[in-house]
Amino acid sequence: AFVNNPAKEQELNEADENITSEEEEYGCEDDRKRQKLLEAISALGGKRKKRLGERSEAAVQMSEFTVNAEGEGDKIDLSDLIGTMDKTPAISAKTKNRLRKLQKSKKTIECPLSKQETERIQRDVAFQKAATEVSRWDGIIKQNQRAEQLVFPVNQEPSGPKPMERVVTSWKAQTPLEQEIFALLSANKQPITDPILTPTETASLKAMSLEEAKIRRAELQKARALQSYYEAKARRERKIKSKKYHKVHNKDKRKVFLKQFDEMVKTDPAAALEELNKMELARMQERMSLKHQNSGKWAKSKAVMAKYDEGARKAMQQQLEVNKELTQKLITSLNNEEEEEGVDVEVMPDFVNDAEQGLDSSNPWMRGKLSEDHTEKEISDIVDLSAEGAGVAENTAEEEEDTEKVEETEEEALLREFDSRRKLRQAQEADVVPSAAEELDASDKEAEELTEFTSLFRGIAEQAEAAADASPSDTKTQLDEGLMRIKTLEDVELLSQEESAPEIASVQPQPSPATENLPHATQQGGKNRKRKRGIELKEVLTKETKVIQVPLAPTVEDKEDSDENLDQRGLIKEAFAGDDVISDFLRDKRKQEDAGKPKVVDLTLPGWGEWGGMGLKVSRNKRRRFRIKTAPPPPRKDERLPSVIISERKNSSISLHQVNSLPFPFENHSQFESIICSPVGRTWNTERTVKRVTKPKVVTRLGAIIEPMAREELMRDKNHGSAGNAK
Amino acid sequence: MKVKVLSRNPDDYVRETKLDIQRVPRNYDPTLHPFEVTREYTRALNATKLERVFAKPFLASLDGHRDGVNCMAKHTKSLSTLLSGSCDGEVKVWNLTKHECVRTLQAHEGFVRGMVVRYCGASFFTVGDDKTIKQWKMEAMGYGEEEVPLNTILGKTVFTGLDHHQKDGVFATCGQQVDIWDEQRSSPIRSFTWGVDSFSCVRFNPVETELLGSCASDRSIVLYDMRESMPLKKVIMTMRSNTLCWNPMEAYYFTCSNEDYNLYTYDMRYLQRPVTVHMDHVSAVLDVDYSPTGKEFVSASFDKTVRIFLKDGGHSREVYHTKRMQHVICVKWSADSKYIMSGSDEMNIRLWKANAAEKLGVLAPRERQAANYSQKLKEKFQHHPQIRRIARHRHLPKNIYHQTKELRIMKEARSRKERNVRKHSKPGTIPVVSEKEKHVVTVVQ
Repeated sequence: AFVNNPAKEQELNEADENITSEEEEYGCEDDRKRQKLLEAISALGGKRKKRLGERSEAAVQMSEFTVNAEGEGDKIDLSDLIGTMDKTPAISAKTKNRLRKLQKSKKTIECPLSKQETERIQRDVAFQKAATEVSRWDGIIKQNQRAEQLVFPVNQEPSGPKPMERVVTSWKAQTPLEQEIFALLSANKQPITDPILTPTETASLKAMSLEEAKIRRAELQKARALQSYYEAKARRERKIKSKKYHKVHNKDKRKVFLKQFDEMVKTDPAAALEELNKMELARMQERMSLKHQNSGKWAKSKAVMAKYDEGARKAMQQQLEVNKELTQKLITSLNNEEEEEGVDVEVMPDFVNDAEQGLDSSNPWMRGKLSEDHTEKEISDIVDLSAEGAGVAENTAEEEEDTEKVEETEEEALLREFDSRRKLRQAQEADVVPSAAEELDASDKEAEELTEFTSLFRGIAEQAEAAADASPSDTKTQLDEGLMRIKTLEDVELLSQEESAPEIASVQPQPSPATENLPHATQQGGKNRKRKRGIELKEVLTKETKVIQVPLAPTVEDKEDSDENLDQRGLIKEAFAGDDVISDFLRDKRKQEDAGKPKVVDLTLPGWGEWGGMGLKVSRNKRRRFRIKTAPPPPRKDERLPSVIISERKNSSISLHQVNSLPFPFENHSQFESIICSPVGRTWNTERTVKRVTKPKVVTRLGAIIEPMAREELMRDKNHGSAGNAK
Repeated sequence: MKVKVLSRNPDDYVRETKLDIQRVPRNYDPTLHPFEVTREYTRALNATKLERVFAKPFLASLDGHRDGVNCMAKHTKSLSTLLSGSCDGEVKVWNLTKHECVRTLQAHEGFVRGMVVRYCGASFFTVGDDKTIKQWKMEAMGYGEEEVPLNTILGKTVFTGLDHHQKDGVFATCGQQVDIWDEQRSSPIRSFTWGVDSFSCVRFNPVETELLGSCASDRSIVLYDMRESMPLKKVIMTMRSNTLCWNPMEAYYFTCSNEDYNLYTYDMRYLQRPVTVHMDHVSAVLDVDYSPTGKEFVSASFDKTVRIFLKDGGHSREVYHTKRMQHVICVKWSADSKYIMSGSDEMNIRLWKANAAEKLGVLAPRERQAANYSQKLKEKFQHHPQIRRIARHRHLPKNIYHQTKELRIMKEARSRKERNVRKHSKPGTIPVVSEKEKHVVTVVQ
């Protein structure tokens, strides 16, 4: 700012000095007075600036160069400079104009910010800069916090002596000239170390000759053409809407396939086996899915239409066919044809579901899984009865085994059968409960508990067994599945027939449904004499049920022969024949139950309110009044569980070791429990898992200096990040 | 008749060479190995007990100083070298493996206030009460040679702290102001002041190497950027911070030791409230140093204990003390993260293990696996009361124990009073102030 307040004052001052110099001759007295007056006036204005005192020394006033030191100590004004401007010709008119304009404008420049404020702004800006700079580390810090394992020092170089070869090869004398040459060579893809061939040269060497290339090209062309033809054909065929065509087509295909397969069996058994495996896989997948079960929307709609529409019926039938084919067990016995025949036999053209299809040539009844067969058989019997009207015709149809010519009745029978089957299941389930209840009423309590107990025990054992040898055959698992579904009564029956028989004499073998069904079965056997062997099998089955009521000794022997698991159990049983663990357990349980029962508190005091003394009884009224019965406790949790004692009392010695509140990082109990329940030791885990699980979080090396994080890490992280993104 | 005979395939149990490990056939069927939780719990309990049995952290005491140890410095390149400066101006260089003093030099008159080894490890700097900065050669002088500093800078005021840049020939001192010095020049290339006349500590950020932090006597912590002409920001706390240490792995975290018995970890971008308040000491905390892994730090206190904190743990995981150890003035964590050095008033430097129960030396693979496994078990069952009780049990000197108790009672009383006041006043008039916010007075830009 050229123009401001102190300047004005100085102008005044200056003017005043001019006067003094002019009037010097007249007298100093007036001058001084005036000066003082002026000073006083200016002091009134509150300006504190110290003025230069009047100078009287000659040296200052009159310079030795005879230049008047007028205006000394004042600031130079812009106008002072511009005054000489007009006289100098070197200055252009343009600048003159601009300067004049500048002189005229009276705008003052804004006052600068105070020092404190500027500093503050500077600090703020600097801090923002530093903060953003530091924030670059966010990614790495987060990553390190989340890392499962951190190994320090961060970028390790293997310590110790390096092999000589590496040291020698890595070392190269490089002068600037050499460097330049190498840079040029590498830029032009010229060989550096072994100057024989450039990469392009080697590539050309590797290329094939012209004739070869031509032949190859022709081959490729041909292949491509063939492929396109084939594709076109397939597309055309796929577009054909005729179902008949597809049916025929598929059948053809199947025939061809079968032929091929037969040939394959003879020529290449391994490939055939593979094919078989494939089929087996498809079957298994089918079994897992609900396809072709006539249970989908489509099937339901067809079922409605089936009464009137032959096409629909046929379609359903066909689907059932497919289902049957897929669900049947295929036995891969290329060696013995007999078994193959057996398989064929087993392929029942019946509409019986998986469970029965799963029947195996190895005899299931010998494994004591009888009751399940019972049910199945029972069901099928009833079904047969219900479908009796259609029976004979059906049988003949089945004998013919030609699905396309199946009679109409069959489908109806089919559907009805599905229905009735379902109903039967439901009815059975409903029946089971009351009958069981009756039985419970009839037999005494202990016996019942015992049976339940043993049945449970057996169930568990069998489960384990099933788990143990789940892989070898599908049939076993299937059977076991069935067993799982069986309700308690069946369990009891099974048990009474098998295991509990030697143990408890009191439990008599139930009049099993098998025996009841026997007449049906035989009857049926008579009727369907000409049925296929699948049905014959059933006959055998019913016969066998009779056999089962015979004491168990022979079966046990069989078991011993067949599998060693059972054998071992038998052994254990034999070893512990003396001690009756089960009844001990039951006694224990009974004791616990009794202890938990509420006791009657007798608060009667003799002599209060009536006569007391020897031989006097407390009156009944009083007794009734003062004997306090506490409310019965809530039912025990193990009331219905015969094989378990659940104690609800808190055990203080255990609670000492228990966690009583959910620890911090966990959100619910199950999380925490799952962590605690998964063992980490090598007793339960493989070596590799143990190593992975017990990996320490921070690994440091003994005697290695860990440097602080370097900036290079940031760059490396960025590169990694970009690479990761690219992937 | 079929006769069953035990037969085994030798391939299952015979080694190919005798150098192979023995094949042990294992059956992982869970039914064969029941009670896994209880068994592991027992193992964890035993491991915890053993850990306490083997927890013997004290390794050695280095004596030789004739006055209290006021500062220490780690050698940047050698793990076995430690430098210490005492209150009588003496500097000693120690060989930690041999537990002996290698070299002694009278560096200053009066206290040796600060000490730092140059990043190359060839020389070190000291500042003292005699207003000088001296640079010394790391190698000992030859026989008969006099101990002469390489370089001496005479300052105008007393220097109280010193730190060296991570990679450049630049160092920082503090006293009346924070100065940045070039090693080649005898006057500071930059000085920062901000209305404070006394600083107690200045530290370079080891990651973002141009940043600095300092503790001032007006209860503030001030941040600087070496490249700027102004300080960046300062936070004023309720009590004075004595020292500060940056996390060597996480650029923006630093921890300061405070006179109010606590340590505070700050994120330098958000100074309004500390990230964590570390409590446990019962007297002023005098020094703090981070583990080079950046996961833990160690603090030295006037209450005669050394404590180790997890970087995000509110309470210490370990407390070290001995009968003879007086006020601990300085503490360092060794560069391989295995040891802790503490220098105290009673002229001794003590060497501790960073993990009290850790076995030192080379571990056999099986030993290491076992250690890892037991560590994992302890971690897994750490919430169980018995294990927690054992793992957390530490012996404390009587007075510290009682002081802790007293402090707890005082704290409870205060919080109770606050609660009562809040209960009896108009809702919303007395806000709930978290522990973290309590100790920050203001942030100045």
